[in-house]
Amino acid sequence: MSNTQQLEDFVTQVRRDIVRQVHKVNSGHPGGSLGCAEFISVLYQEVMDRKEGFDMDGKGEDLFFLSNGHISPVFYSVLARSGYFPVEELSTFRLIDSRLQGHPTTHEGLPGVRVASGSLGQGLSVAIGAANTKKLNGDNHLVYSLHGDGELQEGQNWEAIMYAAAKKVDNLIATVDRNHQQIDGCTDDVLPMGNLVQKFEAFGWDVLELENGNNISQVREALKEAKGRTGKGKPVAIIMTTEMGHGVDFMMGSHKWHGVAPNDEQLEKALAQNPETLGDY
Amino acid sequence: MKKYTNTGSKDTRSGFGDGLTELGKTNPNVVALCADLTGSLKMGDFEKNHPERFFQVGIAEANMMGIAAGMTIGGKIPFTGTFANFSTGRVYDQIRQSIAYSDKNVKICASHAGLTLGEDGATHQILEDIGLMKMLPGMTVINTCDYNQTKAATIAIAEHHGPVYLRFGRPKVANFTPEDQTFEIGKAVLLNEGKDVTIIATGHLVWEALQAAEQLEEKGISAEVINIHTIKPLDEAAILASVGKTGCVVTAEEHNFLGGLGESVARTLVLNQPAPQEFVATMDTFGESGTPEQLMEKYGLNAAAIVKASEKVIKRK
Repeated sequence: MSNTQQLEDFVTQVRRDIVRQVHKVNSGHPGGSLGCAEFISVLYQEVMDRKEGFDMDGKGEDLFFLSNGHISPVFYSVLARSGYFPVEELSTFRLIDSRLQGHPTTHEGLPGVRVASGSLGQGLSVAIGAANTKKLNGDNHLVYSLHGDGELQEGQNWEAIMYAAAKKVDNLIATVDRNHQQIDGCTDDVLPMGNLVQKFEAFGWDVLELENGNNISQVREALKEAKGRTGKGKPVAIIMTTEMGHGVDFMMGSHKWHGVAPNDEQLEKALAQNPETLGDY
Repeated sequence: MKKYTNTGSKDTRSGFGDGLTELGKTNPNVVALCADLTGSLKMGDFEKNHPERFFQVGIAEANMMGIAAGMTIGGKIPFTGTFANFSTGRVYDQIRQSIAYSDKNVKICASHAGLTLGEDGATHQILEDIGLMKMLPGMTVINTCDYNQTKAATIAIAEHHGPVYLRFGRPKVANFTPEDQTFEIGKAVLLNEGKDVTIIATGHLVWEALQAAEQLEEKGISAEVINIHTIKPLDEAAILASVGKTGCVVTAEEHNFLGGLGESVARTLVLNQPAPQEFVATMDTFGESGTPEQLMEKYGLNAAAIVKASEKVIKRK
């Protein structure tokens, strides 16, 4: 997909899927999901070199790992609309006997998911491992990962950040969703993390700043630039500023919609702001 | 009773290291990860022979477990190596989510388990790891008894798809199982037939169980000795058949009696054919510094303790 209008339509439909999924079961995480709709859509629709179908080993294709698993609604929507499983299955989100668990898992065999995530801070290590194996297999494809900014408060990340630079894991592009929000409030109030660009650089990463992760053109540019910087001896990080709840005016910019579902009236408002484009499930 | 000979004391961790060396030659998909304990885990040969397949992660066990999980994607078979304490308790959530729940083919290889780590003391002497690991759905839990068995187990688990916890130890202990053995995951090994009491032992306590059986024989007591190297899945049929014959059981392990082999055996018996049982294990306590022999004596984990427990359990029949 290269047409910007098509991609914008895709993102709008993903937003509808997100709010509809969480509304139906009155649970889930809409805020971070909406904020990452552009990024994950661009990644799957334009950037990643993906094979038809799904197999766990993923040889000969790019891989993606979602570390902040609570934004499963956006992940599920993009996976379904990228052909990994039927779009209708989004209606089973968080229901009993569903493959669409509250947080993504391999346990129920959902195509597109390669590791469970939800307990925070583990995805970067897993992505590094997958990148190591790509190198051992002589597979030149890349590994992408996405992390919440609050998630970086988990210490395992810094073990992984140190390792990836020291061991020159340069087939990896890790993106941090810098929305400055976490459950208890603004990240600067809960536990300030300082300058993340400088921190990644100090650990030896090649770092890009993406000023507006809710702007499709900017996301495209940043991912293109990041791809160009792989294979040069350093892991690549994108510090991506986004707005939590982007695209739904009453959810935007507030931690209050981190893990709260809209009621019937709020759903109608959210959907009115994101008219149906590709067809609801 | 059947006689077992110590062919020369060796540490079980060397069995792991030599097994890994063997796998390096025979299985190109095997990779090894270590958290700054290459010498202690005897992983040096693998590192030397296959530097491209050896990953030194530094003192960062959580990262090691995550990297190991990720490396399975694309067909590698990662063996992680560090002390049992840092292989389990320190990284429980990483193992739970990224390995066990994600059904990743990672082999968690844990040395220096239990009291026989010795002088380093309780901070390093984990006595809860079997419990932690056996509670994870899908996890296979193995505790080997000597060098030969540890080497055979190391080679065998590479052929088994799914997460495995392989537990072994630091000190030199009797090496008495066959050099050319076939290691069957989940299959109990009957070491000695007897009729008065069943002794079920795992890890370093297996040799002690054989010594105990000899001492019991001198007292006119016939003890059946079973080596349970695989605690999960447990060979319930072998346990039930033996206890069905003897009518009572002593379990012996270098682990807390809460959560260990003994509890798994008790559960099996309670559900099928209740019988008196005595536990040779640590009694909900931490360890301390000392030589391995002193510690095993003080905490009641030796042949003498097994003899005493056997005499007691026979009276309870």
